[in-house]
Amino acid sequence: MTDLVKDERQNKTGASSGPGGDPGASRHVQLRDADDVVLSVEDLVVEFGVGGGSTVHAVSGVSFDVRRGETLGLVGESGCGKSTTGRSIMQLPKPTSGSVRLHGDNLGGMPSGQMRRARRKLQMIFQDPISSLNPRRRIADIIAEPLRVWGSSPDARKAKVAETLEAVGLDPQLVADRRPHQFSGGQCQRISIARALVLEPEVLICDEPVSALDVSVQAQILNLLEEMKERYQLTMIFISHDLAVVRNISDRVAVMYLGKLCEIAPAVELFDRPRHHYSSLLLSSIPSADQDATTSAARLDRSGGEMPSPVSPPSGCRFRTRCPAATERCAVEEPLMRQVGDGHFVACHHPLEVAEVVASGAEGSVERSADGTPDGALRPVALEGV
Amino acid sequence: MAEARETLEEPILTGNGGPTDLAAMEPDLLDVEPDQTVASGRRRRSFQFGWWLACGWLILVVGAALLAPILPLWEPGTPDYTNVAGGLSASHPLGGDAIGRDNLSRLIYGARASLLVGLSAVVLGAVIGGLLGIIAGYVGGKVERVLLTLTDATLAFPGLVLLIAAVAVFGASMTVIIVGLAVLSIPTFIRLARATTLVIVQREFVTAARAYGARPMRVMLREVVPNVVLPVAAYGFIMVGVFIVAEGSLSFLGLGIPPPTPSWGSMIAAGRTELLTHPQISLIPAAVMFVTVLSINYVGERTRKRFEVKDSNL
Repeated sequence: MTDLVKDERQNKTGASSGPGGDPGASRHVQLRDADDVVLSVEDLVVEFGVGGGSTVHAVSGVSFDVRRGETLGLVGESGCGKSTTGRSIMQLPKPTSGSVRLHGDNLGGMPSGQMRRARRKLQMIFQDPISSLNPRRRIADIIAEPLRVWGSSPDARKAKVAETLEAVGLDPQLVADRRPHQFSGGQCQRISIARALVLEPEVLICDEPVSALDVSVQAQILNLLEEMKERYQLTMIFISHDLAVVRNISDRVAVMYLGKLCEIAPAVELFDRPRHHYSSLLLSSIPSADQDATTSAARLDRSGGEMPSPVSPPSGCRFRTRCPAATERCAVEEPLMRQVGDGHFVACHHPLEVAEVVASGAEGSVERSADGTPDGALRPVALEGV
Repeated sequence: MAEARETLEEPILTGNGGPTDLAAMEPDLLDVEPDQTVASGRRRRSFQFGWWLACGWLILVVGAALLAPILPLWEPGTPDYTNVAGGLSASHPLGGDAIGRDNLSRLIYGARASLLVGLSAVVLGAVIGGLLGIIAGYVGGKVERVLLTLTDATLAFPGLVLLIAAVAVFGASMTVIIVGLAVLSIPTFIRLARATTLVIVQREFVTAARAYGARPMRVMLREVVPNVVLPVAAYGFIMVGVFIVAEGSLSFLGLGIPPPTPSWGSMIAAGRTELLTHPQISLIPAAVMFVTVLSINYVGERTRKRFEVKDSNL
């Protein structure tokens, strides 16, 4: 299996870089060689200097790609670098190193004017719906501003604003002249979505778009996102710490821990058969009504409490300090991404066996994930996760 | 209130959450008028009473100052020897000063000078300081470090000494006093504008503006500046009062606007020799200055709070 992937990889890199067998290439087995890849992120590194000469390694070599029309979920604990990843894809701020390719064009390598133009195809919505809107401007102006930046006629602008507002379920007549503070969080998030869509982007990066909302409103916004995805043929990157939400909106899910990708797999596969110990612990920490809450919630805590500081991440595998299966090898050698199933990649020296997962699932909510069909109940799952 | 608003949303989005029933949306959008919910009736009334009282006084002072030349007043510089240190009378409603000039007329003309000094110094300081502060906060890096160092240096310098030195060098004139006061206020405005800018730049609508391709200048002018203007203006309003008092102090020291132009400070100063025998000569302008500054502070503080409340609602 691994050989087959390496071959594929070789074909891809053959044109641009050295021999396929080199370790550099095998680091990115999870990148696919397909024509319809819209966005491809390779070796993304984001570091921030903090006082005293130390550096925060927020993102350390993350690689993934997204196909046209796909939704990639990006999950992890807070502070693992998932939001930073989202923002550095937008070049806000520019990543320290690594490339972000939109249809093969490296955004980071462009002169700033060209980059601004290319970036129109990428838009973003944020966690805090109220902070996302300028309190001093009218809704119509907020949504028309991207169009104004790119120069369209006032009439076309007005029509487009009305059309987009209607698409997100707001009445243009009623909302156009109001200001953000007159709306609820959910309505503000709809306005943010309208602003992101008004330039007709190809990729929408959703940075925890529902985390700040009421549970009932969460489901509405998720449904709206699904609908907008259809209507505008969007490709989405959906960043969230809420596994239930990610599960039902994503086609594929990537799990991040301390600035690195642990595992990437189709959503159903990942939730049913996580192979990375971190993914498995994360899944079992979803609170569930039908189990003793303390057992599952305590599992991540027992496995080592807090996440280590991204200022001085552990050597080798970054999860080893909390991992139940850590060995000496994990401290010395950084695990590389390798394929363990169809489209399922994991960066672990000792991945969970499938049977093992099923066994441990009996005590955790993994079991629940296993028998719930993803298309079965969009709303209930979304409501349950909180 | 936030909770109440969230629940309002539910009826809007029914079924699969598709493009929603727009008719259902109308009532609750109309319900979200914040003004109806901001405060209970009693608090609003007391707010309005004090507010209108202070506003009324300020309107009276500003109106009288503006209309001084056409009001039926005595010439402020011409003595009427029947009115030397005169008490309140029909022809001189507020009496006269030590050489018989009409107190009411001098108060109103004095308001012109005092308000002109206060307002122009604040406008000058707020515009220069505000712009520099926004630039410091928005651009950051070396620009910010240089500006902050200059700010700290100016703040460490005793203001009164600087003003006295300026008057000694350039002579006492209204321009010198206005510029001197403005220079003294610039550092504070820089700090305020910079701090506000730093907060605003962190907000996600600024990131969103960058994401849809707005150039840095556009982001600054469209997204940052409108959000910095209000806090700076509210603070500036309060500074008007401070400057009116500052001009009074300078005049009291004999360094203010030179005679014969009346100002409140010089009127208080002129009456201090007669304080034991005819205290009204000093006390009337002092009281007027007191009430005016109090009103300015009150209105400024209320305005500031009002916008703060709105921001916290956001």
